[in-house]
Amino acid sequence: MTEDLDYKRDWTVHPPLIHPPYKSTLSRGPTKPLMPVRQSLLENSAPAYGNEVLGKLDADLTLNGRMNGEPLGERIIVKGRVRDEENRPVRNTLLEIWQANSAGRYIHLIDQHQAPLDPNFFGGGRTITDDDGYYEFLTIRPGAYPWGNHPNAWRPPHIHFSLFGLSFTQRLITQMYFPGDPLLDLDPIFQGTPMAARDLLISEFSIKDTKPDYALAYIFNITLRGRNATPWENQS
Amino acid sequence: MKQQSNLRKQTPSQTVGPFFAYGLTPRQYSYPFKPVMENNLVTSGVSGEHITIRGRIFDGEDIPIADALIEIWQADSFGALDHASKGQGNSAKDTIGFKGFGRCGTGSKEPGTFTFQTIKPGIIAGSSAPWISVTVFMRGLLSHVFTRIYFSDEAKKNQKDDLLSSVPADRRNTMIAERTVENNCVYYDFTIYMQGDRETVFLDV
Repeated sequence: MTEDLDYKRDWTVHPPLIHPPYKSTLSRGPTKPLMPVRQSLLENSAPAYGNEVLGKLDADLTLNGRMNGEPLGERIIVKGRVRDEENRPVRNTLLEIWQANSAGRYIHLIDQHQAPLDPNFFGGGRTITDDDGYYEFLTIRPGAYPWGNHPNAWRPPHIHFSLFGLSFTQRLITQMYFPGDPLLDLDPIFQGTPMAARDLLISEFSIKDTKPDYALAYIFNITLRGRNATPWENQS
Repeated sequence: MKQQSNLRKQTPSQTVGPFFAYGLTPRQYSYPFKPVMENNLVTSGVSGEHITIRGRIFDGEDIPIADALIEIWQADSFGALDHASKGQGNSAKDTIGFKGFGRCGTGSKEPGTFTFQTIKPGIIAGSSAPWISVTVFMRGLLSHVFTRIYFSDEAKKNQKDDLLSSVPADRRNTMIAERTVENNCVYYDFTIYMQGDRETVFLDV
């Protein structure tokens, strides 16, 4: 395995480590150049988590937080396909999500936004992609919420996604946004993404996948970095 | 580097934000959701030297960062990996049940601290020294960063390590955890500085 065959992080799509309009990057983003390193066996492998780690309701956020009734808000289906740069499906990989409720409030204890918690909505979920890289969640459309970055700052509704892939280099944490949202143009986190890549963070409404009389559907396809085969995959 | 013109575009990273704990580290923060992985990597029957990594993380103003997420990925004590795509053909000696992956938030105890209970890894094929891979996510970081934990008691092997040798001498120590033994327990202290004179070496993995 030679260095020039490594798949690299594409910095034409990923946000820079310091993006001044997003204020906390100024004291938290590293300032020195990242040190080049040849990927080793460790970086070309990843932990294996399969269906055995899932609870029965983990992929249904409309069910997994219920105390005494249904969560409030608009039910939505969020689904898509996880592939790598070479268009190969990323199969059987762990996908975790977390989000605010329909009022824009997180269940997290440090969220002090004056919006109601929903006793029937937790906001965390997970699933494993199938053999073709597909995944699906049922959830509630999250609300927008204010934050302290600048006067009258509001985060556009979003769902946080965390993915593993089959190598350590494929690890990705990102956010899915909704189409047609006027807050996207004003959000320094979304705008921190290089312009040509921003659309990749916006889900697509799908009438075809919308379940009649039940829930609208949004498609969010995800592309992870490519990966080098490990030596034990090359021995057949 | 691969020719990127023929490839699908990578989905951009976004910050983990301040509210990940109930989704990613729920038990550590006492949320009612069963975790997939935690900061204790040691399962029953794991062989090797049991160690505790005691970590701290600071921003450029030397303020402890209380909303970071730290992940580690490592080999077992034989230098073998419990890899997602490991096929039947892998004959490497390894430790059954040792995942080698852990995750810890930095806000559940003293702000800006994290710990991992694990075992000291062996040396993986193709390397000269043992190390643990570290991934750092936080509010205020739009793309995650990578670093490594090397071990202070492996000075000779560290000297032969390709990466450590390529790092300017005055920055090498930022990736070396300091070993101490207290009451028969082995600790490695590791501090991450995001910025400043002591800025940790972060890797373009």
